[in-house]
Amino acid sequence: MTGKLLSESSEWTFDLILDYNREIARIAENFGLDTYPNQIEIITSEQMMDAYSSIGMPVGYRHWSFGKHFLNVEQRYKRGQMGLAYEIVINSNPCIAYLMEENTMMMQALVLAHAAYGHNSFFKNNYLFRAWTSADAIIDYMIFAKNYIADCEQRHGEENVELFLDSCHALMNYGVDRYKRPPRLSANEERNRQREREEFLQSQINHLWRTIPTREKDERANKEQRFPAEPQENILYFIEKNAPLLEPWQREIVRIVRKIAQYFYPQRQTQVMNEGWATFWHYTILNRLYDEGLVHDGFMIEFLQTHTNVISQPGFDNPHYNGINPYYLGYSMMTDIRRICEAPDDEDRHWFPEIAGSDWKETLNFAMRNFKDESFIAQFLSPRLIREMKLFAVVDDDRRRKLEVSAIHDEGGYRRVRKALAEQYNLGGNEPDIQVYNVNMRGDRSLTLRHHQHNRQPLHKNVNEMLKHLARLWGFTVRLETVDKDGHVLNTHECQLN
Amino acid sequence: MVQVIDRRLNGKNKSAVNRQRFIRRFKNQIRKAVRESIDERSITEIDNGEQINIPARDISEPVFKHGKGGLRESVHPGNKEFVAGDKIRRPTGAAGRGGKASNSGEGEDDFVFTLSREEFLNFFFDDLALPDLVKTQLATNVETRKVRAGYTRDGVPTNINVVRSMKSALARRIALRGPHQRNLRDVEEALEDARRRGDQARIAELEEEALRLRKRIAAIPFIDTFDLRYNNRADIPKPTAQAVMFCIMDVSGSMDETRKDIAKRFFILLYLFLTREYERIDVVYIRHHTTAKEVDEDEFFHSRETGGTVVSSALRLMHEIIVERYPTNDWNIYAAQASDGDNWGDDSPRCRALLTEKILPLLQYFAYVEIMPDEHQRLWHEYQKVREAFANFAVRRIDGLTDIYPVFRKLFQKKTA
Repeated sequence: MTGKLLSESSEWTFDLILDYNREIARIAENFGLDTYPNQIEIITSEQMMDAYSSIGMPVGYRHWSFGKHFLNVEQRYKRGQMGLAYEIVINSNPCIAYLMEENTMMMQALVLAHAAYGHNSFFKNNYLFRAWTSADAIIDYMIFAKNYIADCEQRHGEENVELFLDSCHALMNYGVDRYKRPPRLSANEERNRQREREEFLQSQINHLWRTIPTREKDERANKEQRFPAEPQENILYFIEKNAPLLEPWQREIVRIVRKIAQYFYPQRQTQVMNEGWATFWHYTILNRLYDEGLVHDGFMIEFLQTHTNVISQPGFDNPHYNGINPYYLGYSMMTDIRRICEAPDDEDRHWFPEIAGSDWKETLNFAMRNFKDESFIAQFLSPRLIREMKLFAVVDDDRRRKLEVSAIHDEGGYRRVRKALAEQYNLGGNEPDIQVYNVNMRGDRSLTLRHHQHNRQPLHKNVNEMLKHLARLWGFTVRLETVDKDGHVLNTHECQLN
Repeated sequence: MVQVIDRRLNGKNKSAVNRQRFIRRFKNQIRKAVRESIDERSITEIDNGEQINIPARDISEPVFKHGKGGLRESVHPGNKEFVAGDKIRRPTGAAGRGGKASNSGEGEDDFVFTLSREEFLNFFFDDLALPDLVKTQLATNVETRKVRAGYTRDGVPTNINVVRSMKSALARRIALRGPHQRNLRDVEEALEDARRRGDQARIAELEEEALRLRKRIAAIPFIDTFDLRYNNRADIPKPTAQAVMFCIMDVSGSMDETRKDIAKRFFILLYLFLTREYERIDVVYIRHHTTAKEVDEDEFFHSRETGGTVVSSALRLMHEIIVERYPTNDWNIYAAQASDGDNWGDDSPRCRALLTEKILPLLQYFAYVEIMPDEHQRLWHEYQKVREAFANFAVRRIDGLTDIYPVFRKLFQKKTA
């Protein structure tokens, strides 16, 4: 099959982008990729740095931490320590993909295939994104947040808002619901409901903290009861609803931060899969373009070089080693799944009886839709890939003098390596498990949190710093108890407000 | 369905606000870093942007996370020799082994970024101000004003000068009509002649010719873009404040290279400071031992003399130069004198008299720094008396390179009102 070359030179034009997009879209559709409509935006490298530092969103509220991020990116970019990412893609509907003007035509085509079809279809179909983010409302919500916070700065002073945001950001990772689906975002409703909510919340709090003495009987009953009755994992939510002294605008800011945290939560859980999926598809789609004779050899050589850089994985003893490259791991697993479907050997049939020999497009689609990094690795990492990557697991026990290699890429080690790697991508295991445990309702209104220790791992020494942030939000003394697996309190950190 | 949008023309620097906020937020840390870098670096390079290091822990954004310790298992690629059960020595330091190790090493490194030249100097001069800035108010911005400057052929419609345009239109019409008018006159005379003779064929021919000429005359446009004249305005810079800086240095035998080096840095600092406030700065170098001489910069810093010291010679020369070249209504005058404190015994009272009676009334500011004196001599004590009488006179002692900046700051400290 030979077609007419789409372009000869490496310069891009708007017409060419549309031409390439048409062909890529056709191929993607043939492979069954289901995507949001695309909005492609051409930007300069300065704008790319801007986009970088505002967590990739086209609009964002103002805060010094984004400035810090920007300075860092700028410094490293100018000294040539890092290249800019070739693309940023936003989980919105329509899906926004940024192309940099410095890119060659090949890069633009690569980015189109990678972001506008790869990431895009992942955003639309993966269960976490479907359940937890509202792609059609996020941009509007960000605009709402930006305006609301700018408004607060006007009314309450930049510094007040900034310090408050610092504290909220510190607890951002503890502002997500992990198990129940949050209500859909809608900027309009947010605006409309906001006043109502302010008043209602304030009245609720007042009720909770009313100081008129109640009858003895209640008191005795109350003593037995903790508040909240069940431990709460969403600390920011708990603060938004129950902190006694916050003003309505402060509650709203807590809410904004936690909504944004919630929006990014699925991305943090699917990095390997998301990048692997997008990389797999840009590779597959561009190769198809070549097979159809739409691009020439030079294009392919340039592409392969870039692709190889993206998925490079230095070994653990290489000075450039910085953990496992999610692009490499994800891409290799996706490719491996296709191989297991198309050309399974006995080992594959033994390990993956359900998918060996099945239709690869359906199987990949199933995997993309229904897993996150942790479960994806636990389910699909094959012994062959473990051998190829020469993976090994190391146990670091602070009670022993030496590290111990617990498993390598051999028959006895596959399952352990796979389990350990999957666990490495379990957010729940990487972050300390900290929950709201009790509020002293009758006394000093202090808030007690509990840290359930996992494998004796202690908290980082910044814990006192963190408690200060918590205390700023809560308004009264905050206490953090570390509890071992039997429920014994091991130690307590406390931050008192004076 | 796809749409391609060109955003390149949308503003860049969306992050400029956040950058400014970052700098404002960590003002104290940055100021400290700036101070340290000034202590260490050569001041001649001060006029560049500066790379700033701030301890990362000061600006960290904390989150709950695990510290070192406990039991954990991690997976790495690229196994070459290990088999299950191997014991490995625990790698030391953050540079050890990738992900885990460098995570726990975080917080030790400095956060590095670059301040622009402007930002850097702003920090550098942050709470300094020139004394008596009365005359300098004009100098902070280059202001221009518009003055009429004749007429031009192009401009915007609002600036059309009607009278001028009509004048040139009239001139053009007359000029273009001229030859046709002349021909017409000839034709009409010939026509009259032909009518008298009754030559019908000739009449018809001439009438046609006359008609053609009238048409041509009528076709000349009343006004043409060529005629338009516009009022022209030119930007004339408003007079800006200018300053002259006198550098006076003792080059007698007792001023060794180290002392000269300190003096030089002090002068440069003052110069830099003045460049921020004044559009135009003249620098006059006066060196002296027993006699004073105006020299160029190179000679000022690099030649070496021997012999005694008569400070008043330099002050007298300075006064002469001011009177001759720098009238005070046009110039802001600053002077900095560096010396090791040596002076010929009876000269010091003379210096005081010169300063109080003639020089200081003309000056914005006079700064005297005494560099590593063995002990304060008479000059110092006489100058102390001057200081008590004049607010625009300052005396300080410098004992080493790192003293320059603090002393400089002291000298030019904002007066708390």
